[in-house]
Amino acid sequence: MAQTEQEILEGLANIVNEETGVDVADVQLDKSFTDDLDIDSLSMMTIVVNAEEAFGVRIPDDEVKNLSTVGDAVTFIKNAQG
Amino acid sequence: MSSRDVKVVVTGLGVTTPVGGDVPSTWEAILAGRSGIRTLEEDWVAKYELPVTFGGRLAVPADQVLTKVEVRRLDPNAQYAMIASREAWQDAGAPDVDPLRLGCVIGTGIGGVWTLLDQWDNLREKGPRRVFPLAVPMLMPNSASGNVSLDLGARAGAHTAVSACASGAESMGLAAEMIRSGRADIVVAGGTEGAMHPLCFAGFAAMQALSKRNDDPAHASRPYDVDRDGFVMGEGAAVMVLESEESARARGARIYAEFAGLGMSADSHHIAAPEPEGAGASRAMIEALERAGVSPSDVCHVNAHATSTPVGDVAEANAIRRAFGDAADGMAVSATKSMTGHLLGAAGALEGVLTVLSVHHRVAPPTINIENLDPEVNLDVVRDTPRDLPAGDIVALNNSFGFGGHNVALAIKNY
Repeated sequence: MAQTEQEILEGLANIVNEETGVDVADVQLDKSFTDDLDIDSLSMMTIVVNAEEAFGVRIPDDEVKNLSTVGDAVTFIKNAQG
Repeated sequence: MSSRDVKVVVTGLGVTTPVGGDVPSTWEAILAGRSGIRTLEEDWVAKYELPVTFGGRLAVPADQVLTKVEVRRLDPNAQYAMIASREAWQDAGAPDVDPLRLGCVIGTGIGGVWTLLDQWDNLREKGPRRVFPLAVPMLMPNSASGNVSLDLGARAGAHTAVSACASGAESMGLAAEMIRSGRADIVVAGGTEGAMHPLCFAGFAAMQALSKRNDDPAHASRPYDVDRDGFVMGEGAAVMVLESEESARARGARIYAEFAGLGMSADSHHIAAPEPEGAGASRAMIEALERAGVSPSDVCHVNAHATSTPVGDVAEANAIRRAFGDAADGMAVSATKSMTGHLLGAAGALEGVLTVLSVHHRVAPPTINIENLDPEVNLDVVRDTPRDLPAGDIVALNNSFGFGGHNVALAIKNY
């Protein structure tokens, strides 16, 4: 069930919007979760947990700190889907 | 100026209740004697074969007022508190106050029970990874207080009174103390409860505390009627903005009433049953009047706790007689739970707000559903239609009692 980068970005943007209220249009590949989107670590965990379910992947806790931009998360999910 | 000299006044009111989504609609419904009690439409009523199939849900659901993200990240308990607090804050004119002089006290009886049990289900059915990362900050009983403090920028202190069905009134009393002791100039205070969960229905039903009048929900909450058979569960929140008289006058605020006195006591009698002679409850009432500097003959109205349980209503009536003797004859007693049901940790706060409105508008709300007044209730109960209160200086009392033996009485004076 591998998805394209664009499909993953759209799905992730919806999750971010659902959890934090950030506009879907603001969730772009080059945006930093903390610096640009003002998402705190607790909210990040809610996004991670929902992304795992939505994309059928596992995002280990140790990996979350490496996902600083939306693009990092999309790439990780894409690779994890194989 | 000693702390007893600091006068505390009420400058803002906010509620969300089974009879209205805000103060104007709630007050209108109360004076009209409209019940907010309905048959529940939730599928869990049949699924768990609940012995009680009705209650008082919010007249305006929280998701029609708050944003989607707020609904997702707050337990109903905190959602309702946010709605009431925002209304109260706007009603007070959104004061421009130093955050270090602004406090909040929001009580609850049960707390974030929906989150607690939803997340327990998640853990059991899907594993620890599926437990929502905000589970703990959502379920904790101080969640409402913390979120209101965040929302309004209150930094003088954010507190949570937890004393079952006395929580809301206790919060308002503690807020007034916060102002009198000099810790704050303005405190947003009240109670909230979003506990219409099947477990709460089952638990209260197991105690035989709930009315089982399933075929006639609107007439089930009938305080002081001989055929009352228990309380009716409700939900909601009520908040008032309390303020030092000095602060309110300096900014030219509209003042509803004076928050004149607080009385509190504990029964130390039984964990759930009231002390039948009402000794503890009467001590709270007397203390509230003493601290307000008024005498029983000054009291023209009592908004009673009166939940519609067979034992509780009579115990409170005895307590009022014990406290005031013949002076109780001159007191118009109202049981507004006959319309709203019992909002548990928000009940005392809602009735506190209604008592302020009663003093401000000089009218005692009706008590509905009394077909035959219990002869053991030796009080002047306001039945069916509102009753005007006298002109001149008046005092009204609001009683709230909670499992655990908590007794709280608030004295409200005209201003």
